[in-house]
Amino acid sequence: MIERLGLGAVGLGAALCIASLCATTVAAPAATDTPKSGGILTYMIPADAPPSFDGHRETTYATVHAVAPFYSVLIRVNPDNPSSTTDFVCDLCTEMPTPTDGGKTYTFKIREGVKFHDGSPLTAADVAASWQEIIHPSEGVSSARESYFIMVDKVEATDATTVVFRLKFATNAFLPALADPFAWIYKKEILVKNPHWFEKNIMGSGPFKFAGYEIGQSIKGERNPDYYHKGKPYLDGFIGIFAAKQAVRVDAIRADRAAMEFRGLPPSARDELVRELGDKITVQTSDWNCGNLVTPNHKRKPFDDVRVRRALALAIDSWNGAPALAKIATVHTVAGIVFPGSPLAANKEELQKLAGFWPDIGKSREEAKRLLKEAGAEGLKFELMNRNVDQPYKYVATWLIDEWSKVGLQVTQRVLPTGPFFDALRHGTFDVTMDFNCQGVVNPLLDIGKFLPHSVYAENYGNYDDDKEIALYQALLRETDAVKQRAMLREFEKYVLDTQAHMLMTPWWNRIIPARSYVKGWKISPSHYINQDLANVWLDK
Amino acid sequence: MYRYIVNRVLLVIPTLVGAAALVFVLMRLIPGDICVVRLSSGGGNVDPRAVALCHAELGLDRSPILQFLDFVWGFFRLDFGISMWSGKPVAEEIAARLPISLEIAVMATVVAIAISVPLGTISALKQNSWIDHVVRTIAIAGIATPSFWLGIVAILAVLDISHAIFGAPWMPPIDYVPFWQDPLRNLSMVILPALTVGYRYAAVTMRMTRSAMLEVLREDYIRTARAKGLVERIIINRHALKNALLPVVTLIGIEFAFLIGGLVVTEQVFNLNGVGRLFVLAVQNQDYTLTQALVMLTVAVFVLTNLVVDLLYAWLDPRIRYG
Repeated sequence: MIERLGLGAVGLGAALCIASLCATTVAAPAATDTPKSGGILTYMIPADAPPSFDGHRETTYATVHAVAPFYSVLIRVNPDNPSSTTDFVCDLCTEMPTPTDGGKTYTFKIREGVKFHDGSPLTAADVAASWQEIIHPSEGVSSARESYFIMVDKVEATDATTVVFRLKFATNAFLPALADPFAWIYKKEILVKNPHWFEKNIMGSGPFKFAGYEIGQSIKGERNPDYYHKGKPYLDGFIGIFAAKQAVRVDAIRADRAAMEFRGLPPSARDELVRELGDKITVQTSDWNCGNLVTPNHKRKPFDDVRVRRALALAIDSWNGAPALAKIATVHTVAGIVFPGSPLAANKEELQKLAGFWPDIGKSREEAKRLLKEAGAEGLKFELMNRNVDQPYKYVATWLIDEWSKVGLQVTQRVLPTGPFFDALRHGTFDVTMDFNCQGVVNPLLDIGKFLPHSVYAENYGNYDDDKEIALYQALLRETDAVKQRAMLREFEKYVLDTQAHMLMTPWWNRIIPARSYVKGWKISPSHYINQDLANVWLDK
Repeated sequence: MYRYIVNRVLLVIPTLVGAAALVFVLMRLIPGDICVVRLSSGGGNVDPRAVALCHAELGLDRSPILQFLDFVWGFFRLDFGISMWSGKPVAEEIAARLPISLEIAVMATVVAIAISVPLGTISALKQNSWIDHVVRTIAIAGIATPSFWLGIVAILAVLDISHAIFGAPWMPPIDYVPFWQDPLRNLSMVILPALTVGYRYAAVTMRMTRSAMLEVLREDYIRTARAKGLVERIIINRHALKNALLPVVTLIGIEFAFLIGGLVVTEQVFNLNGVGRLFVLAVQNQDYTLTQALVMLTVAVFVLTNLVVDLLYAWLDPRIRYG
């Protein structure tokens, strides 16, 4: 197994990403590795079944892992460099556009000669119609990512090979949002007739053609000979097998019933596979654009008091906790509100100025105790609500409870199944909750929406209003100068995590992908949603 | 007899309506919202308009009374509706899973009967001998060992043993193929779960066979049969075992019905896409229509199995007559 640090691959982000803050390890292709055609890739999908096949509607990896190989997108994260947070390339377009009209107009030229799997040509009209459904869905149709595109005024196909996006305001958040891995291009004719058709049917223009689906069992694809990226895909086909149980997936990889899974396994599973299979297994790891947060309920006393919230943050020793947790849980890197590999992320020096990141934990905890005393909350007892998910929720929560006990807080954990957990979040029936923020393409300006009050971001459960925070964010979203934007982000981050301590950070998740060593061409990325069309994958056997 | 069957079938109607009401209410008492679970599974923002639209699509914006009447009316027309999670007809969702659950239930039952009846009988006949002690130990171990744990151990054992012998770990296939398409692959997939489930099933049945046989062997008619010089084999097979099987058949019936929807964890361990796994998924996702249909299916299987068991009683014991 050959491994190298892949920090150099993260572009501009690498300059700001110090070794102790973020990490990506990838299997390095040997110089002699020439892709071979043929073979069937069998992989595990860690879910029971996708709710539907419609990427515009769904948000789960169960859909994207099963269905992405059948579809094309307009632009995407570079599949040859997916660990980069800034490297976007064309899929259906011919050239990445330079925005005009003060950054408010993006014009894409669409490849000619692309065919849907039914043999019909794919044109700019199909691209525009698909994006129209994502950004401004028809009556009675839901789009999971409609709110990502508040900056878009309209999308239109000006001719058979040109699609134009006109924005209401210029923002750096637009292009990464456009590389969304769920933004599949559908055939306009079908969309117009029945916008729900793609929920139960598959018909795209991607590297693989749909070959069969057994409900909750497996999905199969076969090579698309008309694929427009010449020479690809390398595989003859694929079989994705659904298995929600981790032990089944690990055993399947061990016995070579499957070559890999694409979501991520915990360190224990990685260690088991490496121990059992030696050089027959290759492990890629990356920081993950997902993290657990801690959200105090501002409507419950004493969490309406900023001193108590700051004390919760100050009690946590992330710098020493993260390396220990990383041995047993899928977490790794200490960072602020922005994904640690992004150019917009805080560096260690900047972080250490914020509550919860002080370099001297003794001093930090003394301050926490002082604040609790001042707020009359010494020895406070409260309940930490958690979701019934082992990795890493319960591990992180258990660690947090121990950290809080060091400043005299007495915390119990209440674990709820997913449905009741969401219900409690939405109804605010908790003191403090484990929360989460899991995003696809790294797009800090949209990813940090989670920290905005509920009136702006529906999935914020802190029950607070904060006009100043919203104003800071709106200015940030509209700033297009990278240097100014970074400075504004620091201000926003300090305000959210320190001044108001609306939410607390825990170490960012760590994505660990063990795969049979004969699987080549697939590179890890910061998200389990992206780089899943399998066009680059080949089998060395 | 026919009158009895008609009466039993008519009694099924209030049973089903009662079960329908119970599951309908219970599902709605669980906190949560299928639309929120679905739309926020990725962790991103959920637009409240999308949630409202989802409610309208699924009919959750209507009054609970209307929803219940729809459900009961649909059930009596054998229209189980559309799964709220997948949008597929519920009948299609269940039909895709039923064959594997049925196959394992049948195989486990065969395994259980093949092990339990002879061993339970021998154990009773050799009461307090070393044979009896061994059989009882096997039975108690079977009852005490959860099937899913045995399943995990069985898989690990297969992996480790195959690794040690052939140098590469092997495990049964994890994607189901029907028996008529590839019998060998199908059997290699279902044999381990059938054995692990069948062992616990056999243990329970073995205990019942033994105690029923002991009771029957002390009956006067057995003593009479022996006194009149009947061959022991005929006494055991014709007179003792047939009567002792009455409670055993009841137990087998209940266990069989349970296996159709109750192999929740075992199906997860072996990655079997059966009804048990679907049940868990439906409850987790708060898929009301699917859960309701699965509960009704389970109730129907139990009712039908009990009816069959009642009818078997008459065959096993001619003294039993249904007026």
